[in-house]
Amino acid sequence: MGDMNVVKVEAYRNSFLKEVEANVEGGQWVKMCMQCGVCSGSCPLGSAWDHPPQELFMMIRAGKREEVLTSSSMWMCTSCYNCIVRCPRDLPITHIMHGLAHYAERLGLAPKNQPTRKFAKLFWNNLVKKGRVNELKLGVALYFMNGLVEGIKTALKMAPLGLNMLKTKRMNPLEYVGGHGIKDAAGLQAILKKARAIELAKAKKA
Amino acid sequence: MAEIVATNQTILVVGGGISGMTAALEAAECGKHVILVEKTPSIGGRIGQLYRYFPKLCHPTCGLEINLKRLRGNKNLRLLTMTEVADVQGQAGNYTVTLKTQPRFINENCTACGACGEAVKAEFADEHNYGLGKRKGAYLPNAMAYPQRYVLDPRIIGTADAEAAKAACKFNAIDLDMQVETKTLTVGAIIWATGWRPFDASKIQPYGYDRYPNVITSVEFERLADPHGPTGGKLLRPSDGKEAKNVAFIQCAGSRDRNYLKHCSRICCMASLKQATYVREKFADAGDVSIYYIDIRAIDRIDDFHQKVKADPKVKFIKSKVAKIEQDKVGNPVVHGVDTEGYTRYATAHDLVVLAIGMEPSVAANNFPIKVKVNESGFIEQDEANGAIFAAGCSSDALDVNRAVQSATASALRAIQVINRVAGTEG
Ligand SMILES: Cc1cc2nc3c(=O)[nH]c(=O)nc-3n(C[C@H](O)[C@H](O)[C@H](O)COP(=O)(O)OP(=O)(O)OC[C@H]3O[C@@H](n4cnc5c(N)ncnc54)[C@H](O)[C@@H]3O)c2cc1C
Ligand code: SF4
Ligand code: SF4
Repeated sequence: MGDMNVVKVEAYRNSFLKEVEANVEGGQWVKMCMQCGVCSGSCPLGSAWDHPPQELFMMIRAGKREEVLTSSSMWMCTSCYNCIVRCPRDLPITHIMHGLAHYAERLGLAPKNQPTRKFAKLFWNNLVKKGRVNELKLGVALYFMNGLVEGIKTALKMAPLGLNMLKTKRMNPLEYVGGHGIKDAAGLQAILKKARAIELAKAKKA
Repeated sequence: MAEIVATNQTILVVGGGISGMTAALEAAECGKHVILVEKTPSIGGRIGQLYRYFPKLCHPTCGLEINLKRLRGNKNLRLLTMTEVADVQGQAGNYTVTLKTQPRFINENCTACGACGEAVKAEFADEHNYGLGKRKGAYLPNAMAYPQRYVLDPRIIGTADAEAAKAACKFNAIDLDMQVETKTLTVGAIIWATGWRPFDASKIQPYGYDRYPNVITSVEFERLADPHGPTGGKLLRPSDGKEAKNVAFIQCAGSRDRNYLKHCSRICCMASLKQATYVREKFADAGDVSIYYIDIRAIDRIDDFHQKVKADPKVKFIKSKVAKIEQDKVGNPVVHGVDTEGYTRYATAHDLVVLAIGMEPSVAANNFPIKVKVNESGFIEQDEANGAIFAAGCSSDALDVNRAVQSATASALRAIQVINRVAGTEG
């Protein structure tokens, strides 16, 4: 989707704020931020962010498009909602973080190895196959997210837990072949395809 | 109580703070007949609870004394304390008001000798000190109280303490049979000057005002600094009485926040700058001040004061709305947040944290005895729909004394215009 990136750069030239307002969920709120900093201070993962929300909002206004959209910061949000609750200006910060991440992904600018992004992809791909999350497959996929060697290491470490889950019937090994799903998985995929087409058409227009 | 004469040429002023006193005096000195009612046993309002005034750092009692002198000398002004307005009916130029006066249980014979206070044992939280200390069940509301007359707390009536007080009084001033009195009067215009109250700090949950003893409010800090206050003017922190030399001020505590008060309370930046000078005055170079702020709103000429405090190297300014406060093992409040200038994370311990608390109207929008038009923060609007009901001082907005008094004079003029129309002396 790199083409869309070119289109958007062309369309919004010097106003990244306008671009965010038109394309990012909750983006129209960004200009309301008064830079008090309470969101950044309230984030339990705050120290792991390169740019806390308050700074991202300032960067958007300052037109730092590249830095914002390629940043891993908004991917750090765990949706704890602490910032939303405390923001004196009612900004839906959590939603804006996800909106920014989503927009960056759509433009093909999101950092490729960001773990939250990877997980989101695994989760989604797993879910749409059968309309149900296959936990066994998702778990195994997660172990191998960072390569074969690390995957084997993690799998060995988690083996006793897996055995216990088997014993207590919390895990069905047969799920790995096939697995349960909804009645009309093809129907679901058709719905999603249609939704995606509508969304894309909208995104192109904005 | 002597008869009260009132007609539709009388102005009723509700609330005896600096604004109500000013409005009442301005109208009375213009020859108008004025009734001033005050809910508590003494007039002066919240300025009587301040140690110093910004920007000149003079004592509020000084201005209060001048007004009391004006008040004593004026025959047109009638003061009723412990009185509230229970009902208002009618329209501009002709209101029927019902006043309700609580019993003081002590009459005009009182010389404020204090014998009753000594005789009574029961103690209650001292309102004048925002509950930081205690007072007796027979008490003078504060050293400057006007009228200088004791009061019996209604909670001691019917107990041995009440009898002890009566027995101790040599001037036959105690009357335990006093009852609530209700009067109905006619007035032509009403000035509403019931002022403000501090925002309830415990609602700001992340700051822990209700959990940490060393997190206090700005109004409480004024009482600590005052030599007539609960600590005799020493800045001692509540948990262990240790001197609070390293003090943090947190601005916009409750104000400019859609979760609490939407408006800027306007005075709290100046109040904290002023209180920073208290710390420096008491401890000289051993005093350290940190002011956590979004932006400092010291407007017009009072910015000179801001600049003066800013030049003090012992006063640090941190541009950040504090996210939360925790408490360490020795009882120090630790403030957490991110500094907007550089986005650095901090966790800083202080001896004491003062919340620069916001102002809200003391009378809630739905508690007026007659419908009045208020703005979204509950302050009374200047609006035709309000007839001849005018707001003075902090009933109309969050104001400092200077602006409150200006607003009071304006409201007096508006009320006078109504009275003149009623009297036919103005077209
Ligand atoms: C921490 C702090 C520090 C401050 N320091 C300064 C300073 O240094 N300089 C400065 O200029 N300003 C200062 N202010 C602002 C100042 O306190 C106000 O401007 C001032 O109190 C306004 O006076 P007022 O008469 O309008 O209201 P109030 O002082 O609130 O007076 C209202 C009066 O009405 C009475 N009342 C209330 N309800 C009723 C009722 N229903 N019926 C009858 N009577 C009623 C009350 O008992 C009271 O006597 C400070 C404020 C704060 C919070
Ligand atoms: S809490 Fe709200 S107003 Fe404050 S910096 Fe964050 S987004 Fe901006
Ligand atoms: S005066 Fe200052 S502290 Fe008070 S609400 Fe306004 S900006 Fe905040």
